[in-house]
Amino acid sequence: MTAGDRGAGVPAIRVALPFHLRTLARVEVAEVTLEVAAPVTVRRILDALEKRYPMLAGTIREHGTGKRRAFMRIFACEEDWSHQSLDAALPEAVAAGREPLLILGAIAGGS
Amino acid sequence: MSSVRVLVGTRKGAFILNSDGKRKDWTVSGPFFAGWEIYHMKGSPVDPNRLYASQSSSWSGQVVQRSDDGGVTWNPVNNKFAYAGVPGTHQWYDGTPHPWEFKRVWHFEPSLTDADTVYAGVEDAALFKSTDGGTTWDELKGLREHGTGPHWQPGAGGMCLHTVILDPSNADRIFIAISAAGAFRTDDGGKTWKPINKGLVSQYIPDPTAEVGHCVHHVAMHKSRPDVLFMQKHWDVMRSDNAGDSWHEVSGNLPTDFGFVIDVHAHEPETVFVVPIKSDSEHFVPDGKLRVFRSKSGGNEWEALEKGLPQKDCYVNVLRDAMAVDSLDKCGVYFGTSGGQVYASADAGDSWTPIVRDLPGVLSIEAQTLA
Repeated sequence: MTAGDRGAGVPAIRVALPFHLRTLARVEVAEVTLEVAAPVTVRRILDALEKRYPMLAGTIREHGTGKRRAFMRIFACEEDWSHQSLDAALPEAVAAGREPLLILGAIAGGS
Repeated sequence: MSSVRVLVGTRKGAFILNSDGKRKDWTVSGPFFAGWEIYHMKGSPVDPNRLYASQSSSWSGQVVQRSDDGGVTWNPVNNKFAYAGVPGTHQWYDGTPHPWEFKRVWHFEPSLTDADTVYAGVEDAALFKSTDGGTTWDELKGLREHGTGPHWQPGAGGMCLHTVILDPSNADRIFIAISAAGAFRTDDGGKTWKPINKGLVSQYIPDPTAEVGHCVHHVAMHKSRPDVLFMQKHWDVMRSDNAGDSWHEVSGNLPTDFGFVIDVHAHEPETVFVVPIKSDSEHFVPDGKLRVFRSKSGGNEWEALEKGLPQKDCYVNVLRDAMAVDSLDKCGVYFGTSGGQVYASADAGDSWTPIVRDLPGVLSIEAQTLA
C-alpha cells in the first residue's frame, strides 16, 4: 500500500523536529505532517521527511550507512525508540496521528 | 570605489563584515546559521557574490550552504561526501587502524576560473570537488589512495585537510595540507599526488624526517610566485622555493615558532605574517601580548606588530584559517581570535583596530576585495 492508497481519511503522521533542523528546513511550526505508507516505521517517516525537506538528508541519519546520528534521539509515546530497528512498527497512536514522533538533539553538553 | 567584505566563521554562526575602501567604518551582519559551527566560508574569485559556507554540528553533521548574492540569502546544497570505493583505514591516535569516517568540511577553495567549481577539504582527510555549485561532490581519490594514507594519523583537532591552494599559473597543480600527515601536491589536476615534506623536521614523531606524519598547520602562497610557499608547521615556520620539493626553516628571531596562521602580503611576495603562539601545551599568545609578526625578507627576520593590539592580559589563540589579506593598496590584513575579536589593519600590519570584539570564537576569516 502506498501513501496515496491510504486515502483522504488517513490521518497524517506528526513529526516534531529540533530547533536547528526546523530552522534548516525553514519550518515555522512545531510539528510537520507527512503522509506515510503503512506500516508506519521510523525509516518510512524519515524517508518521507527527507523527500519533503531534502536539506535534512544526512542530518538525522548518516548518508551511506543510514544509521541514526549518534546525538539524534527518537521518541514515540514517551518511549525512547532511538535503539529500536528503523523498521519496527511504531505505536498505533503515532500511526493514527494522535501522538507525534519526536526527533530530538541529545542533551550532550558541548561548548 | 572599492570595498571589502570579510567572511567570519565562528563556533556559533557566521558573520559578514563590510566596509568601504577606507576600511575604517564597518557593518556587522549575522549571525547566519546561528548556533552551528562555521568552519569556513569563501567566495568565488570569478563571481564574488557566490559564497560557500561549511555549517556543521556534533548533532546533525555537515550542511553546505551557498549564497548567490554575496551572503544576503543562503540555500543548503548537497551535503553528501562519500569516499570513493572502500575507504579503508588510517591510524588512530594510538597507532591502531581506524576506518575513514567523514566528519566535516574544514575548507572550501573555489576555482580560480569557474564559479560552479569548488574544492572541499574534509575530515577525515580527503579532497572533494564539485563542478555544479555544490549540487554533487566527488572525491579526488588519488590523494587518499596514493599510498601513505594508511599511515596518516589525526592531530589534536582531528585528521583534517585544512589547506587547499590552487596554482594560478598551472591549472593542474594543487597544494593541500593535512594535520597530521603533511603537505601534498598534484601536478595532474588531482589524479596523482605526492608528499612534499622534505626538509620538515618534527621531533614529536618517531622519525622526525619521515615522508609523512608532520603536523602542518597552514600553508600560504603569493599568486605571482606559485613556486614559493610559506608554512606554519606545528613548530617551525618553513619556506619552499621549489613548489614544496624541499623546505627550509625561516623561523629566525620569532619569540616562538609554534603557531597556526600564516599569510602573504597581497602586493609584496616577500612580506609574510604569522601570529606566534606560546606552545602546543599553551594555546595562547606569549607574555599576554597579542602580536602579529611580519617579515619583509621572506622569513628569518621578523618584526613585532603590536600597535592597536592588546599588550597585557591577553590569552587568545588564532586558528589556522583565521587570517586573510585584501588586495587594496595598502594591503589590508585581518585575523580573528578564539576570544571572538576580529582585528583589521588597513596599512599592512603597521596598526590594528578591532572591527568587532565579542563574537563567538573565530574559526576562519576570508577577505574579499570588491570592485
